[in-house]
Amino acid sequence: MRRRLPFLLALLTMVPGTLALAGEPIKIGEINSYSRVPQFLDPYKKGWEMAVDEINAAGGVLGRKLVVISRDDGGKPDVAERHATELVQNEKVSLLAGTFLSHIGLAVSSFAKRNKVLFVAAEPLSDAITWSKGHRYTFRLRPNTYEQCVMLAREAAKLPAKRWATIAPNYEYGQSAVRAFKEVLSKLRPDVEWVEEQWPALFKLDAGSTVQALARARPDAIFNVTFGSDLAKFVREGTTRGLFRNRSVVSLLTGEPEYLDPLKDEAPEGWIVTGYPWYAIQDPAHKKFVADYEKRYNDYPRVGSLVGYLTFKAIAAAIAKAGSTDTEALVDAMEGLEFDSPVGRIKFRKIDHQSTLGAWVGKIKYDPKRGRGILVDWKYVDGSEVLPGPEWVAKVRPKD
Amino acid sequence: MEFYLVQALNGLASASSLFLVASGLSIIFGVTRIVNFAHGSFYMLGAYIAYTLVQVLPPGAAGYWAAVLGAALAVGLIGAAVELLLLRRIYRAPELFQLLATFGLVLVVADLVLMIWGPEDLLGPRAPGLRGSVMILGEPFPTYELFMIALGPLVLGGLWVLFHRTRWGTLVRAATEDREMVGALGVNEAWLFTSVFVLGSFLAGLGGAVQLPREAVNHTMDLHIIAEVFVVVVVGGMGSILGAFLAAVLISELNAFGILIFPEITLVLVFLIMAAVLIFRPWGLLGRPEGPPRAPAGEHEPPLRLLGRGFLYFCLAVLAAAAVLPHLLPTYYIRIACEVLISALFAASLGFMMTVGGMASFGHAAYFGLGAYGAALAVTYAQVGTGLGLAAALGLGLAGAVLFGYFCVRLSGVYSAMLTLAFAQIVYAVLFQWYGITGGDNGLLGIWPSDWVSSPLAYYYLTLAVVAVSLFLLRRLAFAPFGYSLRAGRDSALRSEAIGIHVRRVRWVGFVIAGFFAAAAGGLFAFLKGSVFPDYSSIPVSVDSLVMVLLGGVQTLSGPIVGAGVYKVLEVFVNRYTEHWQLILGCVLVGLVILFPQGILGYLVGRFGRSGEEWRGVDGAPAGGRAA
Repeated sequence: MRRRLPFLLALLTMVPGTLALAGEPIKIGEINSYSRVPQFLDPYKKGWEMAVDEINAAGGVLGRKLVVISRDDGGKPDVAERHATELVQNEKVSLLAGTFLSHIGLAVSSFAKRNKVLFVAAEPLSDAITWSKGHRYTFRLRPNTYEQCVMLAREAAKLPAKRWATIAPNYEYGQSAVRAFKEVLSKLRPDVEWVEEQWPALFKLDAGSTVQALARARPDAIFNVTFGSDLAKFVREGTTRGLFRNRSVVSLLTGEPEYLDPLKDEAPEGWIVTGYPWYAIQDPAHKKFVADYEKRYNDYPRVGSLVGYLTFKAIAAAIAKAGSTDTEALVDAMEGLEFDSPVGRIKFRKIDHQSTLGAWVGKIKYDPKRGRGILVDWKYVDGSEVLPGPEWVAKVRPKD
Repeated sequence: MEFYLVQALNGLASASSLFLVASGLSIIFGVTRIVNFAHGSFYMLGAYIAYTLVQVLPPGAAGYWAAVLGAALAVGLIGAAVELLLLRRIYRAPELFQLLATFGLVLVVADLVLMIWGPEDLLGPRAPGLRGSVMILGEPFPTYELFMIALGPLVLGGLWVLFHRTRWGTLVRAATEDREMVGALGVNEAWLFTSVFVLGSFLAGLGGAVQLPREAVNHTMDLHIIAEVFVVVVVGGMGSILGAFLAAVLISELNAFGILIFPEITLVLVFLIMAAVLIFRPWGLLGRPEGPPRAPAGEHEPPLRLLGRGFLYFCLAVLAAAAVLPHLLPTYYIRIACEVLISALFAASLGFMMTVGGMASFGHAAYFGLGAYGAALAVTYAQVGTGLGLAAALGLGLAGAVLFGYFCVRLSGVYSAMLTLAFAQIVYAVLFQWYGITGGDNGLLGIWPSDWVSSPLAYYYLTLAVVAVSLFLLRRLAFAPFGYSLRAGRDSALRSEAIGIHVRRVRWVGFVIAGFFAAAAGGLFAFLKGSVFPDYSSIPVSVDSLVMVLLGGVQTLSGPIVGAGVYKVLEVFVNRYTEHWQLILGCVLVGLVILFPQGILGYLVGRFGRSGEEWRGVDGAPAGGRAA
């Protein structure tokens, strides 16, 4: 709101009539669960606001400014659908973007399919968005659950561990993560055994009993999918009870600052994780991104910031390539779209509308200087290295 | 063997942490009969305040424990403020109305916490002196968990002494049993209520503060604990502290061992336990059967009265306006109008149950969700059109209501309401976990209406037709002989039985009718939104329906419809224009509660008597209302 105001005022002062059609702003509708998961979406919003301001400062796209109309769905899929209707019908936005929770991403995607509106899903991780429920009008930026699990399973295969236990929140994300990890690791290492699994309800982990149940199975290694407040409980209880002593832990998303930083000096050392080492990436474009972000917000970027930033850079690139805001032209432009970003060149695959943005895989180490955990021995794994090929996609993705 | 003993200890530690919070809720309910939704918010505030105090106070054991105690005291003070400024004004309001005020508080606190402490999870320090672990039977066991195991029984013992060895405690126990009598004997009820509320809030704050070493303080703690502590209180028997302790132990131990055999059970275990306990012990483990409900002295709820021709013309005028309106509105508003209509039907179905049947429900979303899934499953697996889809919605909702209603109508009051909640959570868990059929939490997508109603305008008219007919039928039923039997059973079960009404069967039918029309609303909603999710049968949706009914006023049949309109429109527009919609919506609710302690329509009808004499009774007649 605050950012839009000066721009609106500027619009008002223009003498009516001098407003040529070409100068009209391009409206983009954005929907996310801001009040439900603020810890992740606050940085995300900062990221896209920065991207939009950068784009507009450089003259906008097609000579027109971008205006983003953002709505909070409160974590409810039916409210997200209502916002989508309002944005498309009333505000006449050219496309929709956003969402964090998978089921809300799917609800908006279903809306986009029926109403033939472009939807650029930013954060939801569910594989279904681009695969089993994929269609012409939806694209997704962030690497999905399957990709990140493949990255971790490849690292896990290098460990000597044979007896594995899993712990994951009891919902679709946790279940598809465990399924993908098991499938890939079992293929790479036919000798591994799955000795225990725990499915705590999301954010209701009963840490003591669950840790004890995992320890009873005497696994060599543990695959963890819990995050947020569950992760903090799990790490603390597991450390006190010696669950992680002489055991390897492979953990999804735990290296992302959103999840790792709240653990402060209790960051679990040695865990193999996917994350975002924004402090250590040396690429000049990324250094500039971090510097701009820190200057603007007096805060460091999280994964959400990067995802928000990249989503709107991708949208701008698509509009520029399409040369118009017509939905069909935009969709055609998005298919196979390539654009340069602070983390290298990113492409939206034509076959499944998934971007090739990757993730960073590394080990957690406590850094006393920062007072929190950081990633060491990390590497960037590009999405194209882990995404399945066209034959596989053709099998799971419905034809348009 | 050693493992099982240690696992039992783990269960005890969780039990203590549940019990601390639940005991406060139980005490508050026992005396004031307030269903305090804000108890979870007090718990969360305890944790946040303790986190801040630990940072401010000098490090070391003394500072740490002072912070924990300070946080509990601070929450006790907040409780005092809430009681004095808000709840005290509305004790005389109809049953459950205070719930609306506490729900407003939940929203306000949730937003304030975000503003004050920010969105990030805050991991507090471990307790000094209790950081490590000791070996118990060969397993390392955290010393803090041992402390927790001791704390539960300590608090239990302390409360026992307080209630059995002090005059204040005696008064509290007396008020739990019969508060009118205590008042009649000259005890200052107002201060008794305040002190009880402070104690309850203090315990919630303490419960939150001692969580500091166990979990990261976060802004969802309120909602994650509230349902579970309600379960503990109800399973134990409302108002029974020892019962709450036993229930906490039972639930935590079953959880600790349940996850060894069936790890996926975490989602639904507590509600399965509650359903099982309530079916066999309708007043919880240690609760006592309540005497027949009694209307407060000097007040009574006048009976519903058939409205005259004027009301009929008014309804026809509204209907005509509703038929013309969409031609003047842009598409988006047509869809909002559909949502309002569906909410009105959903609220009216619950209102029917509460107003005519005298049965409250905390789980009305079960039938809304079943309706939505009935339609969605029929469309997904049988490729039926909208008409048959809606029929399937009604079928599934009806089946659910027949099954669950059978058990719920055997109970009374809050126990019955909590059993409906248990069933709603079981429905939710089934929808959530049965991936093969229901799509799990990712839901079922692409449930769009058939061609004949695919345009927004056509779908609006379909919705209007279904809702108008349903509302008419609900109204008609209330004044049919069946409605009179239902009202008789509500006002005096004993007298009704004596004149030959099978009260339980009549209530069962009433319950099924309410579920049936909620399912109709759910089916319409599924096609409106084009997708269904387990969220539709979740607790927040049940709470929404309750809020709409109470907001409009539970004494009239039209109240819930007015409440639904006001609440839905508020929600839609406040949400659109501000990030702080929770704060604003919460404040508006609290304001409405204070302005209209009978609900909006209840107030208007009471104020402007003759113009809508729906609930005006025979002048001067004393409490025919709900005397036994």
